[in-house]
Amino acid sequence: MTEEIIRTENLTKNFGSLEVLKGISTTIRRGEVVSIIGPSGGGKSTFLRCLNLLEEPSGGKVFFKGQDITDKKLDICKFRQSIGMVFQNFNVFPNMTVLENITLAPVLEKKVPKAQAREEAMALLRRVGLEDKAEEYPRKLSGGQKQRLAIVRALAMQPEVMLFDEPTSALDPEMVKEVLNVIMDLTRSGMTILIVTHEMGFAREVSDRVLFICDGVIKEEGSPDQIFTCPHDPSTIKFLSMVL
Amino acid sequence: MDKIIGLLEKYYPVYLQGLWGTLWISAVTVLLGTVLGVLVAVLRMSRSKALNGIAGAYIEILRGTPILLQLYFFWIGLPKLLPFLELSDTQCIVVALVINASAYIAEIIRAGIGAVDKGQWEAARSIGLTETHLMTHVIMPQAVKNILPALCNEFITTVKGTSLASVFFVGELMTSYRSVQAATFLALESLTIVGIIYFLLNLILSRLLRVLERRMTASD
Repeated sequence: MTEEIIRTENLTKNFGSLEVLKGISTTIRRGEVVSIIGPSGGGKSTFLRCLNLLEEPSGGKVFFKGQDITDKKLDICKFRQSIGMVFQNFNVFPNMTVLENITLAPVLEKKVPKAQAREEAMALLRRVGLEDKAEEYPRKLSGGQKQRLAIVRALAMQPEVMLFDEPTSALDPEMVKEVLNVIMDLTRSGMTILIVTHEMGFAREVSDRVLFICDGVIKEEGSPDQIFTCPHDPSTIKFLSMVL
Repeated sequence: MDKIIGLLEKYYPVYLQGLWGTLWISAVTVLLGTVLGVLVAVLRMSRSKALNGIAGAYIEILRGTPILLQLYFFWIGLPKLLPFLELSDTQCIVVALVINASAYIAEIIRAGIGAVDKGQWEAARSIGLTETHLMTHVIMPQAVKNILPALCNEFITTVKGTSLASVFFVGELMTSYRSVQAATFLALESLTIVGIIYFLLNLILSRLLRVLERRMTASD
């Protein structure tokens, strides 16, 4: 078995009286690409956001390489540096140039020398075809370009796992492809990836495993072929019949 | 008109002195008020319920009572509370103005920070920034753009607010009006002069602040 990167044990999350996660236990291993699908409000995003503690779990545990990161005594910043995240709304920093967006965290938190950080950032920008935008401010970028920037900003910290929270949901249709291509490229590089997505075709193509989350629990999980061709759980069947 | 010019010729040193008073009291109020306001805003946003509550009460009380009442309160209360400092009337009034301004400025800062998109906080945390770096590099540079216009308004309000100090005969423009009026019985003329000085002062100030504002928001 390959090394486990993220493991959750009976993870729960309540917002007031609303139970969004009702006990999720799963393990993500190094190099795995796991897609999370399911209906809106089912807890997919909340689950993802609990993995780097952007949401504080109400109960249960989150382990990163065997260490319980819900432990309050730990410096969560250190762990977040190894857990990249990409958001639906890009959330690039508008007050910095493209290059500064990328070098900010490596320089501040990892004490990478500025020149080296810039070089690495340029290499990443070339990889996603944004090298000519390095000195621009994000307001000049299209949605697709902003999202590619957000991806390389996360990659610059050399994370061990990347979390994607509906990375193409806020994009115009013609820009979805360019972002999916970058993620696809990332899956080939061996990166461990968790992706919440509504792009079923993409999920089917790139995933090693698909989780179907509904009503705060993993209703069904399996290989993409199994989930998409012969789902067992009634809620999975109903959901897939509506989106496919 | 002749009377106004006559007054100016005879009493211009009194008005100049008053203008100087207004300028330095405003400057001190704005500067110390901003420093104190930042402090109150930090407390207001702290995770500690107690600190948060104290800062909240401070802001509510100062915004919920008339400034003139506050000036009286400090003018009478401060010398009694701290007799050993032997505070002058002017010092008591400046303290009151600073404290009053700090409440408004704290709210302006809090609102400005609150208006920064929640996604910015999340993104900054997700790449592993410490809370300090998150504030200094991501949130504050964006919040400043929200804060600045409201803060400029507050500066102008402060300049006008210092006129209340004349109630306590603290040397500033409005007090100059009272001095000249008392000596000459020319109330309207003296008021007109002081009014024009206030107007010009704020006109210049607002233009200067607008230039500053435009420069700060240049990257948008």
